[in-house]
Amino acid sequence: MKNMLNCYYHMLQIKAEITENTELFAQTYYQLSLKVGEISRLAKPGQFVHLRVNQKTVPLLRRPFSIHSVGEKNLQILYKVIGKGTEILAQRKKGEFLDMIGPSGNGYKLPDGKVKVVLVAGGIGVASLYFLAEELTRRSLPFVVLIGGKSREDILCRDKFKKLNVDVMVSTEDGTSGRKGLVTDLLQELLPTPHSQLPIVVYACGPTEMFKETARIARKYAVPCYLSLEKIIACGVGACQGCVINTKDGYQRVCKDGPVFDSEQIIW
Amino acid sequence: MKNINLKVNLAGISLKNPLILESGCFGYGEEYQDLININELGAVVTKTITLKPKVGNPPPRLAETASGLLNSIGLANVGIELFLKEKLPYLKKFSTPIIVSIAGETTEEYLQLIQRLNEEQIAGIELNISCPNVGKKLTVAQDEDKTFGLVKAAKKQTEVPLLVKLSPNVTDITRIAKSAERAGADILSLVNTFSAMSIDVETKSPKLGGILGGLSGPAIKPIALRMLWQVRKTTSLPIIGMGGITDSRDALEFIIAGANAIGLGTAIFINPQAYQGIIKGLKDYLSRKRIDDINKVVASLNEK
Ligand SMILES: Cc1cc2nc3c(=O)[nH]c(=O)nc-3n(C[C@H](O)[C@H](O)[C@H](O)COP(=O)(O)OP(=O)(O)OC[C@H]3O[C@@H](n4cnc5c(N)ncnc54)[C@H](O)[C@@H]3O)c2cc1C
Ligand SMILES: Cc1cc2nc3c(=O)[nH]c(=O)nc-3n(C[C@H](O)[C@H](O)[C@H](O)COP(=O)(O)O)c2cc1C
Repeated sequence: MKNMLNCYYHMLQIKAEITENTELFAQTYYQLSLKVGEISRLAKPGQFVHLRVNQKTVPLLRRPFSIHSVGEKNLQILYKVIGKGTEILAQRKKGEFLDMIGPSGNGYKLPDGKVKVVLVAGGIGVASLYFLAEELTRRSLPFVVLIGGKSREDILCRDKFKKLNVDVMVSTEDGTSGRKGLVTDLLQELLPTPHSQLPIVVYACGPTEMFKETARIARKYAVPCYLSLEKIIACGVGACQGCVINTKDGYQRVCKDGPVFDSEQIIW
Repeated sequence: MKNINLKVNLAGISLKNPLILESGCFGYGEEYQDLININELGAVVTKTITLKPKVGNPPPRLAETASGLLNSIGLANVGIELFLKEKLPYLKKFSTPIIVSIAGETTEEYLQLIQRLNEEQIAGIELNISCPNVGKKLTVAQDEDKTFGLVKAAKKQTEVPLLVKLSPNVTDITRIAKSAERAGADILSLVNTFSAMSIDVETKSPKLGGILGGLSGPAIKPIALRMLWQVRKTTSLPIIGMGGITDSRDALEFIIAGANAIGLGTAIFINPQAYQGIIKGLKDYLSRKRIDDINKVVASLNEK
């Protein structure tokens, strides 16, 4: 499909029908499936969709969510209820429609040659990394998955990743699942002894402190590291300059230049 | 009803309908290329351009409030040279009038910007004298004499219609509007954002890096509307009304209160296609009221 300047579309605004909005864990984590037509074909791992949770002025702004997986004319997102927008989203029912813009943002820069990939997920950060894992599988690139969370309930998608036939390592802060500690502790142990001759690339998504620690460790072992950042976003298309972060190239927009950034570029 | 006229004329700028995409909310246009057909709009106003590129304010730059958006962008823009070379050519592909918004630190800077723009085919120049997000000084639009001086100097140099964008952060907006009119403004745009703030109580820190920001969106609509109505009573200049408009009812309120055209800002973020619904809503209203021309609705408030 082409736009008014006879260029192919990169993103669309549509009314997406909800086909599923299931609770994964008691009123906290949900999986939402939407009928999205052509957007599923355009979507790349690391990109997000920008949703209006209702048609009211509270909340005013759209909410960004990473694309978790795509199917034929549908896509899934995985979300955590943390405030008014996500609370409303959790109430939306199958058969209803959500106003959606997407796919948005740059997405993960996929490795060029043969490499071994390490995915580092903190909490709901697994959402976008699963889509990336599917793509890596398609390209037959080897990878391992490190998932961390506060407690057992915060470890999502473990089984889904296992179905891709890869190593999945888990850590929880309270020790209720996997190793007791932080997911970056797992990374710190893995990088010196990766059991692989291939060069390593790290992709991570999670909370701010995890990003900083992941970036520090990646630098220590001189491996490339890409982080998918979160900021409050208004326009979602790069117009308003609202969601900027500070980088070595100056302020960059999370919604357009990101959300994925080379960790070496970021000034924390 | 057939043959409903939505065309409006603002000081010689002819618009196919009264909808204008406002400064700072539409970037340089190309960001929205897949979502908005510029040719369907009355006019578009660019992000405010300065002489030198500006990186803008430290993040965080956004905070959401009840039906409102607080921003502290700080006029981040590419500067006039890059704008003319890389941004304006895109906008010129469309038949829609392009209004370029400019801001300077001094009168001299405004005049230099105008001189560079005089070489270009654009429909109008808007003086942004009202951005609340730069420095701690008062803005020009908060002072009658400064407004008069700047607008007068700018008018002398400008070869296209001159728009002046007013600030709501004043005790009496009609006095500033009159100053701008006396100094030769061709069109008034009102309003810019309201100076405001928001606090994260957990960390006891301001939600914006710049502490203060500008409030926009539905939260400001009734105040913006009041200001528009007051200014309409004091001037016969064409007015572009804005502040919290999201649908055709909002747009009609501003038009009835006296706006010749209306601006969409924050609404673009929420729904880039909002303009389509508003155009349809205006047509439906006119048809239902058996009015053949939108201009007949302007300043039609029943005041008993
Ligand atoms: C590119 C991108 C991808 C994302 N992907 C996912 C995802 O896949 N799954 C998921 O659950 N969440 C994701 N998020 C975060 C999600 O957008 C926010 O959790 C959501 O917008 C919160 O809305 P709310 O109204 O429930 O919270 P609010 O009531 O608005 O806020 C609650 C708290 O969360 C903070 N907050 C609000 N919005 C954001 C934001 N955009 N980023 C960071 N903090 C925020 C607020 O400052 C406040 O402290 C993503 C964010 C970005 C920028
Ligand atoms: C993120 C953002 C950036 C803005 N940048 C500018 C700007 O550069 N120049 C300007 O004159 N107005 C700017 N404005 C103000 C808008 O053009 C408009 O006057 C104001 O937001 C009120 O309208 P609204 O409620 O429809 O958004 C900005 C507003 C927002 C929300």
